[in-house]
Amino acid sequence: MSEKQSMAAWWESRNKSLYDRLGGEGAVDAAVDIFYRKVLADERINRFFEGVDVQKQAAKQKAFLTFAFGGPNNYTGTDMRTAHARLVQAGLDDSHFDAVMEHLGATMQELNVPGDLIAEAAAIAESTRKDVLGR
Amino acid sequence: MITIRYGHRQFEPGPQESVLECLERGGVAIPSSCRSGSCQTCLMKATAGEPPTASQQGLKDSLKLGNHFLACICHPTESLEVALPQEAQGVTPATVKQLQLLNDDIMQVALECHDPIEYRPGQFINLFRDPGLGRSYSIASVPGADDHLQLHVRRLPNGRVSGWIHDELRTGQTVEVRGPAGDCFYVPGRPDQPLLLIGTGSGLAPLYGIIRDALLRGHSGPIRLFHGSRHRGGLYLTGELLELTRQYSNFDYVPCISGDDLPHGHAAGRAEAVALQEVSNLKGWRVFLCGHPEMVRTATKKAFLAGASMKEIYADAFNVNQAA
Ligand SMILES: Cc1cc2nc3c(=O)[nH]c(=O)nc-3n(C[C@H](O)[C@H](O)[C@H](O)COP(=O)(O)OP(=O)(O)OC[C@H]3O[C@@H](n4cnc5c(N)ncnc54)[C@H](O)[C@@H]3O)c2cc1C
Ligand code: HEM
Repeated sequence: MSEKQSMAAWWESRNKSLYDRLGGEGAVDAAVDIFYRKVLADERINRFFEGVDVQKQAAKQKAFLTFAFGGPNNYTGTDMRTAHARLVQAGLDDSHFDAVMEHLGATMQELNVPGDLIAEAAAIAESTRKDVLGR
Repeated sequence: MITIRYGHRQFEPGPQESVLECLERGGVAIPSSCRSGSCQTCLMKATAGEPPTASQQGLKDSLKLGNHFLACICHPTESLEVALPQEAQGVTPATVKQLQLLNDDIMQVALECHDPIEYRPGQFINLFRDPGLGRSYSIASVPGADDHLQLHVRRLPNGRVSGWIHDELRTGQTVEVRGPAGDCFYVPGRPDQPLLLIGTGSGLAPLYGIIRDALLRGHSGPIRLFHGSRHRGGLYLTGELLELTRQYSNFDYVPCISGDDLPHGHAAGRAEAVALQEVSNLKGWRVFLCGHPEMVRTATKKAFLAGASMKEIYADAFNVNQAA
């Protein structure tokens, strides 16, 4: 590769969104089963996910991961508040939030995502803490 | 010029507009949530024209084959006629060709549709007692192999439609049906993938169709059926299923009894518990779950936790009083 080409590749990779660098929808699809399985198996938090419809819940997990991966979405802080208000009433707190963060990181590690990209996704998810916990 | 037809109205999407935005601008209310192609709330079906592949992201293969798409991310490249999934079909009359009890509670209904309908075994139709009273019944027959559309209807105490089918419906009578609908069916293409099928009660209806469909299409991977009931009298088609196990070495049938009285040759316990005990690692399996809603709910979760991918779990919960 010529220097010009590699500069171009470097520039491109720097400026592509996190979502694209992770691999877009394919990456979300690969992650959603792994992530949701971890969540459902985790006694600390699975009661929040005891939805009537596991398949619908899985679609929501996909929305969560798309968001954390910096993908296309129109969620606002208010949406995050509304989506989790019922859970906050049911006792959702920092410990549960931390557990979800843990599973997000572990899921990406399992998929061999480089550490710096994991950190970027974690930062996006972390930025919603106040809204998710309704503070 | 590209147009979108919905019901009797026609719309023209703007250059950047999605089908959802276009219909909303025209005053049509379409359910939606994330508006970014993730949550599938705005699922629609193209009844004419092909939706772009990009608008089918994340959908199950069976939904893709049925030209379903997500309205919020659909930027059509040709004119489309669209409908909400449940509105996509008209009603057609059908003649009752045969009524046969398969056990004390389950009636096999064979129908001949006046306008032949194209269906996949495992989908369901809505059968109407009168225009305002219809119920969903799954299809147990296989086109080509069976002459008629076959249903298994379980009698529910005071069931308005199931009771009428059992007590009043007669051979030769004409009923109205709508459909088919549903995405619980066999999609060809991976003939060696192992299949797990779990059903309770009349939940065997779609599974019986799916199994024979798969076998007739040359599915070569293991096909394992667990059919459950509280007592032996609740099982049915046992002879036919045992015959299939003799005919096809890759097919296996386990009748399960959850009550106390366990006859010889039956597994003890609920069908989903027995199945998950025998096949504890479902990574790479395709799973079909039909029948009692509580069983379907538990089994979906258990199958997923046992390694099945969510997209490979096809489920129909026989929710009573839903398709009224
Ligand atoms: C996708 C789908 C596919 C279906 N496929 C089939 C099928 O292949 N075969 C089939 O038989 N049914 C199937 N059903 C169920 C079917 O659509 C009807 O709901 C069912 O036949 C009852 O209708 P009904 O009019 O007879 O009873 P309704 O008049 O609607 O109600 C009957 C009464 O029974 C009560 N009841 C509910 N569940 C039970 C129960 N388990 N035991 C005793 N009483 C109960 C209700 O509370 C109600 O009072 C399917 C449902 C769905 C959603
Ligand atoms: C880490 C930051 C989080 C983000 C970015 C996030 C994001 C989301 C999103 C986008 C949705 C879908 C909303 C919708 O369209 O309906 C959602 C729903 C949901 N989230 Fe979160 N979430 C976070 C943390 C949590 C935590 C900590 C829990 C519980 C332990 C949780 C439990 C749920 C549940 C149960 C739903 C479904 C709500 C419902 O069905 O009503 N989330 N979340």
